[in-house]
Amino acid sequence: MRRIGIDVGGTNTDAVLLDGDKVIFAVKRPTTLDVTSGILDALKALRADPAARGPVDSVVIGTTHFINAVVQRRHLMKVAAIRIGMPVSASLPPFCDWPKDLAERVHGETFMLEGGHDYDGRPIMPFDTAGMRTAARRIRDLGLRSVAVSSIFSPLDPSCEVAARDILREICPDVAVTMSHDLGRIGLLERENAALLNAMLHDLAVETVVAFRKAIAESGIDAPLFLTQNDGTVMQAETAIAFPVMSFASGATNSMRGAAHLSGREDVMVVDVGGTTSDIGQLRHGFPREANAVVEVGGVRTLFRMPDLLSIGLGGGSHVDAVSAKVGPLSVGYRLTEDAMVFGGTQLTATDIAVAAGLLDIGDRSRTTPIPKHLIVAALADAMRLLEENIDRMKTEAAAAPLVAVGGGAFLVPEQLAGVSEIIRVPFGDCANAVGAAIARVSGEADQVFRDLSRDDAIAAALQIAERKAITAGADPASLKTIEVEDMPIAYLPGNSLRVRVRVAGALDRTLAKREVA
Amino acid sequence: MSAAPLTEITPEDIESLAVGAWILGTGGGGSPYLGLLNLRRLYAQGHRVQLMSPLDLDDDDHVAVVSNMGAPLVGQERLADSRNIARAVEMQQEFGGFKFRAVMSVEIGGGNGTQALMAAAHLGIPVVDADCMGRAFPEAQMTSVAIGGLRPYPCTLYDPRGIEAIVTKVPSWKWMERTSRKICVEMGSIASTCKAPRTGREVKDWGIHFTTTAAIRIGGLVREANRLHTDPIAALLASEGGKRLFTGKVVDVARRTTEGFLRGSIAVEGIDADRGSRLDLSFQNEWIVAWREGDAVAMCPDLICVLETLSGHAVGTETVRYGQRVTVVALKAPAVLTSPRGLEFVGPRAFGYDLDFLSVFDERAGAGV
Repeated sequence: MRRIGIDVGGTNTDAVLLDGDKVIFAVKRPTTLDVTSGILDALKALRADPAARGPVDSVVIGTTHFINAVVQRRHLMKVAAIRIGMPVSASLPPFCDWPKDLAERVHGETFMLEGGHDYDGRPIMPFDTAGMRTAARRIRDLGLRSVAVSSIFSPLDPSCEVAARDILREICPDVAVTMSHDLGRIGLLERENAALLNAMLHDLAVETVVAFRKAIAESGIDAPLFLTQNDGTVMQAETAIAFPVMSFASGATNSMRGAAHLSGREDVMVVDVGGTTSDIGQLRHGFPREANAVVEVGGVRTLFRMPDLLSIGLGGGSHVDAVSAKVGPLSVGYRLTEDAMVFGGTQLTATDIAVAAGLLDIGDRSRTTPIPKHLIVAALADAMRLLEENIDRMKTEAAAAPLVAVGGGAFLVPEQLAGVSEIIRVPFGDCANAVGAAIARVSGEADQVFRDLSRDDAIAAALQIAERKAITAGADPASLKTIEVEDMPIAYLPGNSLRVRVRVAGALDRTLAKREVA
Repeated sequence: MSAAPLTEITPEDIESLAVGAWILGTGGGGSPYLGLLNLRRLYAQGHRVQLMSPLDLDDDDHVAVVSNMGAPLVGQERLADSRNIARAVEMQQEFGGFKFRAVMSVEIGGGNGTQALMAAAHLGIPVVDADCMGRAFPEAQMTSVAIGGLRPYPCTLYDPRGIEAIVTKVPSWKWMERTSRKICVEMGSIASTCKAPRTGREVKDWGIHFTTTAAIRIGGLVREANRLHTDPIAALLASEGGKRLFTGKVVDVARRTTEGFLRGSIAVEGIDADRGSRLDLSFQNEWIVAWREGDAVAMCPDLICVLETLSGHAVGTETVRYGQRVTVVALKAPAVLTSPRGLEFVGPRAFGYDLDFLSVFDERAGAGV
């Protein structure tokens, strides 16, 4: 399989071509304001290399485009929120815990209807279909084009959300509908928030995927497009249009997965040293550990599974204080090639220190001669201290662990660190994120409460649901592997209630990859 | 009724209360986040809640004791609606034929720490600066009023679909727990409840006093430290006379439910000063016993709080996860809980641990901590 992986970051757009497991070609280009011309530039450079010509099986893109839109409050639609579950939950309507500026920008109209379920599957109230039809007509009359529907305990019984969508389809067929149970988890406000975020990104998702496809076609590549998700797996472009929120945190995950692939190690620590920050994480079975519970996106509480990373202010562009020799957390960021001393600037950066110490050869080394030797030694020692302290914070065993160092600033990682058994450097480590995108697999997840089943039976039932979802998303059934199993008995519920969360992942099914083209 | 000085609870206090109540929840009681959202909305609508000292109650005053009963997970879906708890209080008034002077929470720890304020906002009566646990506990008989042998009935339960139930008489607090739990399950495993009304005298004699201000103070310290980027845990320990037990990473979490309770244990591997050693914590909804190399170094009813090392915010037994960086601290239990009769209700043996209670603040303790 020949696959192209592209990572569209805040500073750089990286592209790699993989043949099987091998990186054939890698290229880095600045990210452009319109995103797509950066991709075009990168793909043009890649296709110009003779080794990188020829057919490609798939293109996988990881992008921060959607999360940036939320954070920067740009390209967002007005949405209608439909909450099903009255009279329960009435005092906390949709948007109740949103930052005011964002709520004002995207709040179209709210409808609160009777319906929803209890934890044991009994309806809270019969679904108010008449009220739903009135709401749909009002949505049509207001000209709202995107709707988020959330119903109490919909992860256990989605029927109210499905019924609401069917009524919307009938009365206002052009409206895009996000159902909260598609985004997952127990926790009504957080699930509803995810649905609202998703709904407001609908137009941008359509435009972006169309632009990605156009960039790929213009580069003469005829292959299906996939986008990477928060958990390091891929979704088909069509799915990405329906669920843009699922790609929110893919950059950091891709980088760690890429590091695992390039090093051939599945259980290691990873440090990704960028221009401004270093992300430290731990891989288990080749996937990053997931962070705990609530994650805020642009000030909105959600339950997205994000990789558990420790981000510290250490990068190639970090300021170095000439008196204290402290490195970071301030950074010149993307202005490195203007502001750093080796590039003719006046700001002493970690890159200048590395060039002066002979760890790196870029820019004009002669410009580093005024840097006193003791400052070089002290600054490198400070970078080392930062890394050692924070690697220890992320480690979950007392024993020394291997560490893969990737990213454009990996030169700041010394040859030896306390608590690290070996430091692994890999070719193409500065494009680990694009490699991670290229190798991403297809996943499926289940998160449900099971009653009156033994633990083993409940896990088996959840596994079956997750596998079915993965296969529907394009995984080759034979290649499916369980990534994570978590079971949580639930306090104060009768009948041995057990909440089980299972995640499986597998290789992309080639026949399906072909199907997506047609 | 004598006039009593009242203190207005400010919007800032409410934010602090949510943080502090979660810490005093000692791992259980559910997050106060949804209660905080309700209070923010009530305050935005112009409601204000007044706080009164338990010492200012008249002996024959009626005081409502409220709690939200049920599974925290159900609360995450059905959310909390401030009007429900107010209705449970009204039911008591209708049943008893009297008016309440004030309202208090049965437990200050966790989500219930905000329930009294929600009821008070709707009913226009003050909140008493007291509760019946000084922390969180899993069962209705684990209260200072049960330790005091006070009457356990009547109890009202309310569901917003219009289901109203009253347990008018039971022979003991255990029976009240069993009977009301069954009703709660039928209501969807969540119910707004108003426990047996208390007199002003009873609250003065058996209430655990000044716990609302304690929660506000603790939460305020943590929030202030986060703003100033100073150490929230050091500030909390200095203010409350607490003890730091351990700092580390969660390396194992094991959970099971028996008889409806979430039981299990976590293991914390030391970092920084505790590198090379390990602390194990047993829980039953709340953190119950801390073990070091097989020795119990801290135990219930002393408050064992697991806090995020950097932020100082509480970590719950339902949400604790592998890899979290935590600091374990102990706070001193209210005296009524550590009395010989108190220990029968909430000592280690009440949770199935064959241990004689030894406070971590006792001079004879301290070995290994």
